[in-house]
Amino acid sequence: MMTSSIDEFSENGAEPAVDIEHLRVIRGKRPALHDLSVRISRGTITGLLGPSGCGKTTLMRCIVGTQIVAGGSVTVLGEPAGSAALRRRLGYMPQFPAMYDDLRVIDNVRYFAALYGAEEAAAEEAIDAVGLGDHRSAYCANLSGGQRTRVSLACALVTNPDLLVLDEPTVGLDPVLRVDLWERFRHLARRGTTLLVSSHVMDEAENCEDLLLMRDGHLLSHCTPTKLREETGCTSLEDAFLSVIRHTTAPAAG
Amino acid sequence: MILLVPVLVISLMYFMFSDVPVRPGHPSPFNTACLILLGLFPLFVMFLITSITMQRERASGTLERILTTPLRRLDLLVAYGSAFSLAAALQASLACLVSFWLLGFQTAGSPVWVFVIAVINAVLGVGLGLLASAFARTEFQAVQFMPVFIVPQLLLCGIIVPRAQMPGWLEWISNAMPASYALEALQQVDAHAELTDIAVRDMVVVLAFALAALALAAATLRRRTP
Repeated sequence: MMTSSIDEFSENGAEPAVDIEHLRVIRGKRPALHDLSVRISRGTITGLLGPSGCGKTTLMRCIVGTQIVAGGSVTVLGEPAGSAALRRRLGYMPQFPAMYDDLRVIDNVRYFAALYGAEEAAAEEAIDAVGLGDHRSAYCANLSGGQRTRVSLACALVTNPDLLVLDEPTVGLDPVLRVDLWERFRHLARRGTTLLVSSHVMDEAENCEDLLLMRDGHLLSHCTPTKLREETGCTSLEDAFLSVIRHTTAPAAG
Repeated sequence: MILLVPVLVISLMYFMFSDVPVRPGHPSPFNTACLILLGLFPLFVMFLITSITMQRERASGTLERILTTPLRRLDLLVAYGSAFSLAAALQASLACLVSFWLLGFQTAGSPVWVFVIAVINAVLGVGLGLLASAFARTEFQAVQFMPVFIVPQLLLCGIIVPRAQMPGWLEWISNAMPASYALEALQQVDAHAELTDIAVRDMVVVLAFALAALALAAATLRRRTP
């Protein structure tokens, strides 16, 4: 497994944002995560990539503390995952947009802002950041799929957390908005927020400083996009990922 | 709708019974029916609304999302409990107002106690609804819990057959159901001008059941799920 993350290049002594050791999760009698260990540094944008069903969402749920864990430890920002102290510092966007359809966009975002003690203005700002300024009074039931994704993202952004866990935030979004959002993610990272963003579109990996490649509950690789290209000798990240899979599933030959 | 439906149903009953002859010395059938409706309507309506709402939260993923926020589980349940109880109180006040003033409903005891009992029953409905939603996986199932949680109570609490006249084992079962105490409290208020000890005891029992249901619902609300 390739491990040459930016960890090695950053200052030592800084506690990782997420420290996972030997994590095992079993869902529906089948193992979803096999003995997974990984460290995610603070203030970085880490991409969690892999095909559907590889365990990205399960891993994210372990980090935010809503997944029953069979073994191993998950420490987030120095505290055990799921502890009360952590919840104020964590923002989470689940894979399927979870919001109240009977309420308007602005009501939903304000609700999450209130839960975290953020100010009113933060809700407006979050809605503008995702480009839904025109729809702030629309009922969520009437929104398109991409718009609902954006509302869900706004609900996570409004909380101004230290760690943002976003499960497929750019699904169904047009390229223009995608560029804007990644710029915003970079801005947040520069200010010190740690971001963990999952996707199954390999092109998005370009935007990440660090990449976690997963398949079938295993962590195949943890390195920067540049390093990934170098080590697989591929120019496109999609090819690089396929190459990694081939190497790890081929029988060990010396 | 939640405010108007009980009023409309009680009014409908009024008109249904308006031509039925009243036996001298007995309370009018409308009076008996109205008493039961005023007191027990809040129980079913709140049960249904609460269990379906909580089920929607689970199904839409908002419950899991909310549990990742700083909100405590107790806060969530108390919030739901109080919001629904407030709605139920409004519903009960409107229904009581209409029944006592417009439809000529009468009780020996004060209408205030009928209102209080109605609200307590609503709180019970909320508690049972929160508990039932823990077991339902879909809204369809949540609705079907009504026959399981509510109908046996209806049948055995004394509306159809007085509890004392039921076979021993059925009477024993009905003693374990909160609706029996709720009905008895209502009947006490109906029959006596002063608030009797039995009525007070019954109200306390129903409240205790409601709080126990809420506590059990809190225990079933887990942050971590498979």
